[in-house]
Amino acid sequence: MYLIALKMLFNDKAKFFGIVMGVTLASLVITQQGSIFTGIMTRTFGTITDMSYPDIWVMDRKVQFIDDVKPLADTKLFEVRGIEGVASAVPLYKGMIRARMDNGTFQNCNLYGLDDSSLIGGPGVMVEGRLEDLRRADSVIVDLEGAKERLAKPGPTPDSPRVPLKVGDTLELNDHRAIVVGISKGSRTFQSQPNIYTTYSRAVTFAPRERKLLSFIFVKAMPGEDVYQLCARITERTGLAAYTSDQFKLLTINYFLKYTGIPINFGIAVSLGFLVGTLITGFMFYSFTIDNLKYLGTLKAMGTGDGKLMAMIMLQALTVGVIGFGLGVGIASFFGTSMKETQLAFRLTWQLLFASGSAVVIICMLAAMLSVRKVIALEPAIVFKG
Amino acid sequence: MTTLAPSVSAIAPEGNTRRIAVRCRSVIKNYGVGNATVRALRGVDLDVFEGELLMLVGPSGCGKTTLISVIAGVLDRDEGDCQVYGKDFSALSSGQRTRFRGQTIGFVFQSFNLIPTLTIAENVSVPLLLNGVSRNAALKKAKDMLAVVGLGDRVNEAPNRLSGGQQQRVAISRALVHDPKLIVCDEPTSALDHETGHKVMELLRGVAMSGNRSLIVVTHDNRIFNFADRIAHMDDGVVDKVVGSAKDLYGPNMAAK
Repeated sequence: MYLIALKMLFNDKAKFFGIVMGVTLASLVITQQGSIFTGIMTRTFGTITDMSYPDIWVMDRKVQFIDDVKPLADTKLFEVRGIEGVASAVPLYKGMIRARMDNGTFQNCNLYGLDDSSLIGGPGVMVEGRLEDLRRADSVIVDLEGAKERLAKPGPTPDSPRVPLKVGDTLELNDHRAIVVGISKGSRTFQSQPNIYTTYSRAVTFAPRERKLLSFIFVKAMPGEDVYQLCARITERTGLAAYTSDQFKLLTINYFLKYTGIPINFGIAVSLGFLVGTLITGFMFYSFTIDNLKYLGTLKAMGTGDGKLMAMIMLQALTVGVIGFGLGVGIASFFGTSMKETQLAFRLTWQLLFASGSAVVIICMLAAMLSVRKVIALEPAIVFKG
Repeated sequence: MTTLAPSVSAIAPEGNTRRIAVRCRSVIKNYGVGNATVRALRGVDLDVFEGELLMLVGPSGCGKTTLISVIAGVLDRDEGDCQVYGKDFSALSSGQRTRFRGQTIGFVFQSFNLIPTLTIAENVSVPLLLNGVSRNAALKKAKDMLAVVGLGDRVNEAPNRLSGGQQQRVAISRALVHDPKLIVCDEPTSALDHETGHKVMELLRGVAMSGNRSLIVVTHDNRIFNFADRIAHMDDGVVDKVVGSAKDLYGPNMAAK
């Protein structure tokens, strides 16, 4: 009987494609918009992901997210180093700086000043050059996206394409000469501005004059040390905030969720996808059931129980659900893959697939429930009414 | 065909030795409530014997369809007693009733009710699948049944590619394939021309009546009355007359129409 249910579904091609289209649309919108939202949210903590060395990030208590830098006094570094359980503590400068381009325009960049001796916090992947090259005079490392896009030099003629920044090129950072000694690759960040890495001591000379310049302290815990207890100890002794990388990522995400319109905008898009998908699927599926009511009544009269009819309808709904979900996720994945090299933030996670799949199941169940109600209430005597 | 005297009793007389397939006593069925109540059956008494083809005739709205719906267990009666092969549908649970109906009763409908998205063999196999027969065995038996009604070479076609008469033959195959004891036919020839209707009735008379099976045929079509063993005439919700032939019902002139 289940095969018959599927044949009834597949052979009514117009309705079948209509229902599948509804589920596909819902699945596509939910998955695609969800992936872009996840991608954007991931970018908000891209810097934290890339700087994987520290067990603990120490910062001012008022810091709300990674780009919300509130400088600390340099003495705080020594205070942290003196706390038991801390294996090492190194400084990180993080700030904005203006790079002057060859054509006279300016480009705002993120400037990272790494601990001079250990270079902790530097980019994990070098496309050109070496991290150690930062020890050379006036040296900086620029990230690949920045080098290819925003910091690229104008071509020799006005119509020719821009020339990516390369090792050996010079930059003017806040009136200071800097030489590119390496090109790195890292996660795109929310701000999408070029990232420039140099040593801490050089960064504070590049940076605009401020009384305090220390942005974050990277702490490595002693082996076997409980990082959460160490965080609490650092906070207690220094009055600073101390977070593990995951905690800091969460803090950053929560800030964006709470204080920006991003979740609302994407939430509306996802809700619309769900609503439109439910309406189309529900209407088409109900219409399909109504079209087949006479035959369902015939099956009922011939001895098909309500339970079996319900199962048949559920199977039909789940089948279109699986096909629609597959198509929707497939199209969304294709979209994401084809946009991989662009600025579009797209991150499809298993959690999102699960959420999208759950939404599709709910859509199908809602659609099926309308039909099931109709079929359960159906008097088999309808078959004698011509 | 049995020829009975006019005004044959609707119920088996005292000393009847024939086995009764369907036994209805004082069956009442109302639709609606209050002032809008329609009394569709007002106390029907009727017996259908095994191996008998009984036609239910009468004017539109007299309660024929309601009566076969009650007999077939697809509609609950309000009062009275109705047993099919000794089973009272109202005494059975919903599941038992569905199973009993699936095993015991075959249906032939006025508009065939063949599922258009299935092949005719698949349509015919449905009652077997409902009775737990495997798909392959059900399809094989369905094809054999279609061969019996002369459609063995069209088993994989869709119903809408067949003529009305052929579709009704498919419907008859579907009603017979699981070997039910009772066949209920609702206006089986009304959508067919005279010749095709005649052939369908010959088929029902010849194939469906085998194995001491009983048939109840609801019809307006007086051209097929000659196929009946008995004709039960209904009017205003009761069986008011049971006769052995159309002549007994309408007189010699009407029977020929």
